[in-house]
Amino acid sequence: MTRDDIKDLILEIIKDIDEDADFDALQSDQPLRDQLDLDSMDFLDIVMELRKRHKLQIPEEDYPQLASLDSCVNYLEPLLKNA
Amino acid sequence: MPFSLDKAADSYDVIVIGSGLGGLTTAKRLSYCSHKVLLLEFHHQLGGLATWFKRKGHIFDISLHGFPYGMVKTCRKYWTKEITESIVQLKNIVFDNPQFSLKTTFDRVDFTTLLNKKFKIPQTIIDRFFVTVAGMNFYDDQTMTTRELFEEFFPGRTDVHRLLMEPITYANGSTLDDPAITYGIVFSNFMNKGVFTFEGGTDKLIQMMTEDLEKNGVMICTNAKVDRILVEKGKVRGVEVNGRAITAPAVVSNSGITNTIYNLAGRDVFSGDFLEKADAIRVNNSSCQVYIGLKKDAVIEDKGDLLFTSTAPVFDSSELLDMHTRSKTFSVYYPKTRPGHDRYAIVASMNSRYDDWNTLSPVAYETEKKALIERTLVDLNRYFPEINEKIDWLEAATPKTFNRYTLHTHGTSFGTKFEGLAVSRSIFKEVPGLFHVGSVGIIMSGWLGAINYGVIVSNDVDSYIRSI
Repeated sequence: MTRDDIKDLILEIIKDIDEDADFDALQSDQPLRDQLDLDSMDFLDIVMELRKRHKLQIPEEDYPQLASLDSCVNYLEPLLKNA
Repeated sequence: MPFSLDKAADSYDVIVIGSGLGGLTTAKRLSYCSHKVLLLEFHHQLGGLATWFKRKGHIFDISLHGFPYGMVKTCRKYWTKEITESIVQLKNIVFDNPQFSLKTTFDRVDFTTLLNKKFKIPQTIIDRFFVTVAGMNFYDDQTMTTRELFEEFFPGRTDVHRLLMEPITYANGSTLDDPAITYGIVFSNFMNKGVFTFEGGTDKLIQMMTEDLEKNGVMICTNAKVDRILVEKGKVRGVEVNGRAITAPAVVSNSGITNTIYNLAGRDVFSGDFLEKADAIRVNNSSCQVYIGLKKDAVIEDKGDLLFTSTAPVFDSSELLDMHTRSKTFSVYYPKTRPGHDRYAIVASMNSRYDDWNTLSPVAYETEKKALIERTLVDLNRYFPEINEKIDWLEAATPKTFNRYTLHTHGTSFGTKFEGLAVSRSIFKEVPGLFHVGSVGIIMSGWLGAINYGVIVSNDVDSYIRSI
């Protein structure tokens, strides 16, 4: 997966969590939590979706890596390079 | 329709023991993650404490008293659109006690007005209090108690303490001596937008959930009481149910945490360190309820949806737990609650201790139960005069009743105190493949807490199954 593919994947998962999520003003280096009003349950959903779709096991200590769109891409890029 | 156990296969990816809202949600999430799930329930009806019963044309809800708005998001994400669309607001929450009487929508805006105008608390203190409780989370300092929190913001104001605490005590059995963070998390959930209920009643909700599980391929068996969880070489191998072994690499117990450790798995599969923590778990209190059904053509005025009533001079956690407490809530179910079923029902709820009732002789037990009903009617007449002649069904439940139907240790209706959560969360690190979901730690209780905890535990289970 390219960096853009990973970005799309994350946004697609968030869209499933909240169909009203508005990405127009989203700043990729800022926390998703504040911009899209995500709570800790939503982040758990992202973790479960990534495991379901790509068999990715993300340990709990790595959850902070999913904070912003950029940090998601940086963290997932090596893990999804063959996906 | 759930099946009888003889229809179950011999092996599954995961077995869920118990069909409370936590168990049902775990079954749903794991089937969504493509696992083969077996759900076992000892009772003939699903739902655990999210239950109901029918008498003489009446339907009585046991635990449908009001949940936070967060339920909308949770049901939309983890259940169905239809379930989400049945969630409606209860707009009239009533307090009536010797210190104050008021009606509220039980949300931050209305509480801010009340605290400022009626209780004369300065706006800056109110705002600071709301910001403080809204900012509390699980990882924060746990040494501060709710009593200390209230004293910091509203010193000596027992009336304000009562307004803030009484509903939460009924919601999750917590007291002023429990960690302030448990209060802050639960109270903030309610203050978000107020109190909500499920239109159509508990029976409709559980029916919808059951259909959704079946659609997702979950095998559901009722009248199936698990005798024990099978552990072999330190790992879960399955369960023994009605004398039959069914295997699975993962078992999720939605039985109480103490029941799971001591009765289903057995002490011998755990380490000394773990047992020390488990032995320290304080089980929460139980409840008494009185179910009041009105005659077919009887009508009562709308006096509110949820009435927090007391004739005790001040709020006192131990007074609320006393067998002869003068404090109780009335949940009033108007015909709008169950469209199409045009009956009125009222459920009075009190917190109660198991031991107070369990130690009575059979004769004394019956006498106390009658007295409980009598006291309830006296209190109810203050709000609905001459209601006695409109009633055609009266029945009471005690902690012993709760114990009989849920098998919970001491009939607990709110799971455990705070320490139960850490034990529940770590049980699979102790015995691989063994998970627990259910009311624990005060914050993971109530309908919303139970469902969300089911999602959290499902993540652990899914991760485990995919790693073996």
